[in-house]
Amino acid sequence: MFQIRLFHEYFKQYMKTRLAYRWDFLAQFLTNFLFQAVNLVFILVVFGHTSDLNGWNQYEVIAIYGYFLIPWSIFSAFFNLWDFNEKYIIKGELDRVLTRPVHSLLQIIMETMTPESLIGVFTGVLVMGYGIYHLDLTWTLLDFFFLVLFSIGGVLVYGGIYTILTSISLYTDSKTDIQPIIFNVSTYGRYPINIYHRFIQIALTWVLPFAFVGFYPASYLLDKQEWFWYAMATPLVGIVYLGLGVFTWNQGIKRYRGAGN
Amino acid sequence: MLNMYWEVVRIRFLMMLAYRVNYYSGIIIYSLNIGVYYFLWMAIYGDNSSLQAMTAVQMATYIAISWMSRAFYFNNIDREIAQEIRDGTVAIQLIRPYQYLFVKAFQGLGEGIFRLLLFSIPGMIIVSFIFPIDLPGISPAWGYFAISLFLGFIVNVQINLMTGLLAFYIMNNQGLIFSKRVVVDLLSGLIIPITFYPEWAQKIIMLLPFQAISYLPTMTLVKGISGSQFLDAVLIQLVWILLLWIPIYLVWRHARKQLIVQGG
Repeated sequence: MFQIRLFHEYFKQYMKTRLAYRWDFLAQFLTNFLFQAVNLVFILVVFGHTSDLNGWNQYEVIAIYGYFLIPWSIFSAFFNLWDFNEKYIIKGELDRVLTRPVHSLLQIIMETMTPESLIGVFTGVLVMGYGIYHLDLTWTLLDFFFLVLFSIGGVLVYGGIYTILTSISLYTDSKTDIQPIIFNVSTYGRYPINIYHRFIQIALTWVLPFAFVGFYPASYLLDKQEWFWYAMATPLVGIVYLGLGVFTWNQGIKRYRGAGN
Repeated sequence: MLNMYWEVVRIRFLMMLAYRVNYYSGIIIYSLNIGVYYFLWMAIYGDNSSLQAMTAVQMATYIAISWMSRAFYFNNIDREIAQEIRDGTVAIQLIRPYQYLFVKAFQGLGEGIFRLLLFSIPGMIIVSFIFPIDLPGISPAWGYFAISLFLGFIVNVQINLMTGLLAFYIMNNQGLIFSKRVVVDLLSGLIIPITFYPEWAQKIIMLLPFQAISYLPTMTLVKGISGSQFLDAVLIQLVWILLLWIPIYLVWRHARKQLIVQGG
């Protein structure tokens, strides 16, 4: 309960700082929107030249992309660890965090969150809804339940992977560029996985399981039975990866000695 | 005079060289991007050997060339200009005996040359091993491509200068800079070759300057364009280079006056 109250306080402070520059805030909304629209434009344009992508029609691909936006937006609202190395290690902010009686990772998440990214959930539902509307699927209450469950699982997968990557900074204080690299790998998860080379499919399932963020759960929601067990495994994969993330983080915190003297 | 600007290019090149480790990851990132679009386009082609007068191999080559060209023409001078306007250092730049905008453009060139040599060329070699692409051997096509690529670079620099200068009027133009980047990637033909757009969209895009950045140079190499077709492409690029100086000049002249008001 204490954590929730703390979260509320952090949230209020954040909104105050953001609303001080209203136009900037609005501009960010619009650019987020634009960025997501580009991928949609790509899908719309290419389907002018083909009727399917390895067996997936236009509306299915749109629905997969829309679904992907939901966990992706929740993730990007709460895991903004991109400049962790610079801000917390090199500038020594982590020392301040460690002296406080709340788990260090939780504090950093609250300090760096950008709740306005949650607008992407709305965009995602809209895009996915548009795709599904044209697909003649019957949605039961169970499907909505799975939608929520899979989205949470996807967020955990993303959060876990990025916590592991961020923890690297705790072991070595030299800069690594692994985060942007993995970010670009994650874009592979928002298209049907069977268009990729076999090797990439395996990597996206077992090594960097980004297929569990977008494609596998979406395929279930689109009534494809082929990846049923993969889709069902989404929450489990999420828990495993987040567990790994928190474990490497805690180990890293134990080893952390600070960058200064 | 030119010597001085050449020095700007050299210094920026050396500066980039000092941080070269950052660029190894860049090669991986660009290869990943080439990868995702390669697989997508190959799935789009499916059993078709050719779409919109482009074969599947030409498409793969197009993707590789356009991304590796982006490494050359892409730069952050818009962000730098906006930063210098915000923190006021642009005032010092103004009293120095050079043209601020040219200095920025040449810094961009220094960055571009660095990436071309240490990023695009090794990246292209790696990519050509991974993906089945078809590059011309030693042929004049490379010369034509080089000319067109350089002109594309200038157009992109001009758009960046324009975006950066808008910081004189919009205090926080981060969002604008980011949107511009997304629009350029989409409309320059980097993500979708322009011939793949629906007819009505093509008509609009052909009236915009963005095609000069990526689509025209890449097509020169992929299709081995030469002769009058090549001249047409270069002419479009040159016209845009001339046209784009007008708004930049006007904004720059007006903005400098604004700055005096702010400083006074």
